[in-house]
Amino acid sequence: MQYLLLIYEDEKALHDRDEKTRIQVFDEYQAFTASVREADQFVAADALQPTTTATSVRVRDGRAITTDGPFAETKEQLGGFYLVQAKDLDEAISIAARIPSARFGTIEVRPIMTFG
Amino acid sequence: MSASAHDRLQAVLRTDRARILSSLIRTCGGDFDLAEEALHDAVVAATTQWPQRGVPDTLDAWLLQTARHKAIDAIRHDHHKREKLDELGYAPEVLHEEEELAPIPYDMLRLIFTCCHPALSEEARLALTLRTVVGLPTSDIARAFLVTEQTMAQRLVRAKKKIRDARIPYRVPERGDMPERLETVLLVIYLVFNEGYSASSGEQVVRRELCAHAIHIGRILSELMADETEVLGLLALMLLQDSRCEARTNEEGDLVLLRDQNRSLWDRVQIEEGLRLSSCVQGGESHGAYAIQASIAAEHARANHADDTDWREIVRLYRELLRVRPTPVVALNHAVATAMAYGAEEGLRLVDALREDLDEYGPFHASRADFCRTMERWDEAADAYERAIALSTNEPERRFLEGRLREAREASSN
Repeated sequence: MQYLLLIYEDEKALHDRDEKTRIQVFDEYQAFTASVREADQFVAADALQPTTTATSVRVRDGRAITTDGPFAETKEQLGGFYLVQAKDLDEAISIAARIPSARFGTIEVRPIMTFG
Repeated sequence: MSASAHDRLQAVLRTDRARILSSLIRTCGGDFDLAEEALHDAVVAATTQWPQRGVPDTLDAWLLQTARHKAIDAIRHDHHKREKLDELGYAPEVLHEEEELAPIPYDMLRLIFTCCHPALSEEARLALTLRTVVGLPTSDIARAFLVTEQTMAQRLVRAKKKIRDARIPYRVPERGDMPERLETVLLVIYLVFNEGYSASSGEQVVRRELCAHAIHIGRILSELMADETEVLGLLALMLLQDSRCEARTNEEGDLVLLRDQNRSLWDRVQIEEGLRLSSCVQGGESHGAYAIQASIAAEHARANHADDTDWREIVRLYRELLRVRPTPVVALNHAVATAMAYGAEEGLRLVDALREDLDEYGPFHASRADFCRTMERWDEAADAYERAIALSTNEPERRFLEGRLREAREASSN
């Protein structure tokens, strides 16, 4: 079954992070991604540009309403994701716990909807 | 249906329903609803077949196997279920090959750990554990937690849906995850116990029975995980606390403090078992929070009279507890024990350091009030009792504090 692991982190804290930690986390992500691929769990992954680059779109009464910013102001912001293949929630949780950002922010684990 | 066959069916359901269900859920690929429906159908089959063909030799095995066949039929006729279970490797053919005829004890552990999975909300864990592990009817659980039956039924539906949709696995956690997962199980059991323990004699029986249900789950767990000291520690703690049940309230339903309780009303059988378990655990090296709390309860249980209580030992134990569980509430209990062992002034000194953390916590003010009362600082005591009353969450406790407040005001004006 597939799970989407949504990576939430405080962007300000992320921005204020010192260079040394930044590099260390980057290296950890490299190693982590490699291990997920190795275990045949990797489906997709990407980092997102910060919420300052976000645009929200709503269509109401046939009109597209476009606004600057993410859909909601939150304490931690969505910064990236991994789409993984896991046999059950416990396996998905153990992958999520190894995401380097997990110790700074929160990883939301969501099962992908299966139809039929 | 003949009386004998009916009685025996009821008897096996009373004692074995949870065990049968726990094994059935496994063979149904972790599907709680499928298992419950299949078991229900098997019970219906028993009510017609047992009077005609005689009661089988092993009742639980008969029910389990019959339910299995019902589940297989249900899967065959529902292609969604079939697809899903195929994906998990639980095809009907696999179910047929199931070698174990009777319920497996290990399946109870699978059931308990799944019901207490951290991915379920706390209230979902409590509800699902009481429904499937204890077998309480939904209406009883609703009354025990003071919600409507509909609310509780929906809570159970949502919990089972989360298990299905997020695919929470039906298994005992691996060694690496065990400490955290066991902690959630023990917490669920202790929460159930505390709901029952805090229910006063004026409240419904179904609430006070929660203590017995918690102890029952604790026993099951202690049989299946006999080398886990915290499991034994929790059971010991619950037995020792529950042993004081009869003495905790008087005829008017008022609260009786530990030091004023009639100890001849304490349940000696529970105390004996609690003390035995507690000393079993004491032998080991690392002492977890429940084991230490059990040791503290054991100190009270061993004292035939309140004056015989070894308060210095209790203070030592609270210091140990503070190391593993450094919370303000534990610090408060440590302060109370310190007052008993070393005087109210010492206790007050320790307790005042906790004001910032516990200013909204009733027992903090009640304890302060009690120390001030002992030192005859009546004005301060009265103020603190007022605060405690304002924060009190149950009737007998409130009445008790109001009595103390009257006494303090009277003494103050003299």
